[in-house]
Amino acid sequence: MSDKSVLLAFNNVSKRFDSSDILVDFNLDIYDGEFFTILGPSGCGKTTVLRLIAGFERTNDGVITIDGKAVNDIPAEQRPVNTVFQSYALFPHMNVEQNIAFGLKMTGVPKAEIQQRVTEALELVKLSGFEKRSPSQLSGGQKQRVAIARAVVMRPRLLLLDESLSALDHKLRQQMQMELKQMQRRLGITFVYVTHDQEEALSMSDRILVMNNGQAQQIGTPREIYEQPSNLFIARFIGEINVFDGTVIEKVNEFSYLVDIGGVSKKVRCDQRLQENDPVHVMVRPEDLRIEYLEDKPQGRSGFMGIVVERSYTGQTLDSLIDLGEGRMIQSSEFFNEDDPDFDYSIRQKVWVDWVEGWEHVIKKSAI
Amino acid sequence: MLSFRRLVIILTLSWMAIMVVVPHFLVLLTSFFTPDSQHLAVWPLTLDGYSKVFQAIYIDVFLSSLWLSAIATLICLLLGFPFAFILSKFSPTTRNILLVVMMLPFWTNSLIRTYAIKIILGKKGLINTGLLGAGIIDEPLNMLYTDFAVIFGLVYILLPFMVLPLISSFEKLSSELIEAAKDLRASAWQRLRYIYIPLTSPGIVAGCLIVFLPAMGMFYVADILGGATSLLLGNVIKNQFLVVRDWPFGSAFSVSLIIIMGLMLLLYYKANRYVQRQGGLDDESL
Ligand SMILES: Nc1ncnc2c1ncn2[C@@H]1O[C@H](COP(=O)(O)OP(=O)(O)O)[C@@H](O)[C@H]1O
Ligand SMILES: [Mg+2]
Repeated sequence: MSDKSVLLAFNNVSKRFDSSDILVDFNLDIYDGEFFTILGPSGCGKTTVLRLIAGFERTNDGVITIDGKAVNDIPAEQRPVNTVFQSYALFPHMNVEQNIAFGLKMTGVPKAEIQQRVTEALELVKLSGFEKRSPSQLSGGQKQRVAIARAVVMRPRLLLLDESLSALDHKLRQQMQMELKQMQRRLGITFVYVTHDQEEALSMSDRILVMNNGQAQQIGTPREIYEQPSNLFIARFIGEINVFDGTVIEKVNEFSYLVDIGGVSKKVRCDQRLQENDPVHVMVRPEDLRIEYLEDKPQGRSGFMGIVVERSYTGQTLDSLIDLGEGRMIQSSEFFNEDDPDFDYSIRQKVWVDWVEGWEHVIKKSAI
Repeated sequence: MLSFRRLVIILTLSWMAIMVVVPHFLVLLTSFFTPDSQHLAVWPLTLDGYSKVFQAIYIDVFLSSLWLSAIATLICLLLGFPFAFILSKFSPTTRNILLVVMMLPFWTNSLIRTYAIKIILGKKGLINTGLLGAGIIDEPLNMLYTDFAVIFGLVYILLPFMVLPLISSFEKLSSELIEAAKDLRASAWQRLRYIYIPLTSPGIVAGCLIVFLPAMGMFYVADILGGATSLLLGNVIKNQFLVVRDWPFGSAFSVSLIIIMGLMLLLYYKANRYVQRQGGLDDESL
């Protein structure tokens, strides 16, 4: 983002349903033109955030602004926002063309312009020729596209998408992810995309908000979220991760500490200030682990001996479950290398587990 | 062995045969006989009854009946539509309680309720007493024995039959569609015009039919509340059977009424099919 003007902001927004708090003092800035994703487990309040933006729900407290103007009292039909609904919500008594034209017709756009914009929107979602189909004659993916076209044709400031791709099968979904991203770049509309699928979030977004239990956990680029999760919940939610519990032995230099992990001392990097004896989580992604075929502990290196208990070949990677003893199980994921004679180790094979210094991510234990 | 299911089906079918098919068949048969003051209906078979149906006077009755029923139906729709809309906003439990409350008066016989209306609309009735007492009028309004009273009675008796199919239509309409319409900038009126009405149209048509068709036959409402000219088709039939004692003509008139209603139902069926197809391949209008 070159220009970071805030398009949408939540300022200390609270939302209650009946007597249960869904959002408490929720804050959020979304920049103009970005692809923003709200990621979180089911029930954490993602849809509620979208519905507050769209104007289908009212805040109990706090202010929501769009373009700097408070919109709390502006009804949904007057907000510069359009929604792609989770279940599409296409009008069953209108054909594809009528569905897409609906919003333009409601705002009194001249007929000729409606015609032209509908045609463009259909081209954008690759559904030219489907004008006269009724929604019941469309597949899930096609309904999805009509729902997107119906919203995009309005040229909103903000496009809200609620788990839009979750009903599609894997392949179609990946294709639509690409198309959505391209569409967003081309149209320059700010997208707010809601999903519980971390892969989807990582692959499409400029920035991600991770939510849990109605609270914002971390906002950042996909890379920041993936590589420097600010707590254990995020680390575990964003893909697989191995967590080693450790204790700080001493400070080596700024941002670098010696940590004791179950009798093994490792040098790790940590941006947080740590004290001696602080309990820490040392986290390593499965693909960052290095596995070596060794019968015995190598001299002068700090790492872990383990036994392979499970392995599965996924096509690109070989995923293994390794027992480090004392109930510690870790997962590794290695790119397949046919030329490596050591590579295809078998179950019950002894292995040496290590990682490149600096590839770990360390947080203080109290951080959750 | 006879299963319970079979038994129920056979009992129901026998009941229908005895109470529906046989009487209708008798009416149909009677309509082709010759009237006779002593024996009610005698040989030979004739179409005289049917030719009488088309006499100018009965065409007039037909039109007046159509008019009264149509107005009553329209009022039922105008009252029932918002009512059903509001009811559909409540939770299912509350909605059912409200529906029972609405239906409660209807457990009383409609004839008795018609007399109650007479008491309400009369010169010294509830409305006139109230208006006079409040000083809004000086002389009692002449409401009883007019078309107004008949329409009032029909609306009062038939309103629930409008509300019930409408509610079921509103229940089927997902709130997400309404939100989608709001999202696409539709104002309240536009949502009514483009979403609510089209999507509840099966309920609207069904409600109109089950109000309109019986309305034309409710002779006692016209008898008790109406003036000399407020006639429903039911009055003609009743008079032929009980006053004039021309049973074949009364029967022919009944059969004609059934045929008209049948045609209207056919129309409903076609309209329904059309609505369901709307937005389909064969619809060109935007
Ligand atoms: N209309 C409502 N009335 C009561 N509770 C609601 C309503 N909508 C959502 N909730 C509750 O709010 C919480 C968050 O819901 P939601 O925003 O839909 O989560 P998500 O989209 O992340 O799955 C859930 O616990 C849900 O039960
Ligand atoms: Mg949701």
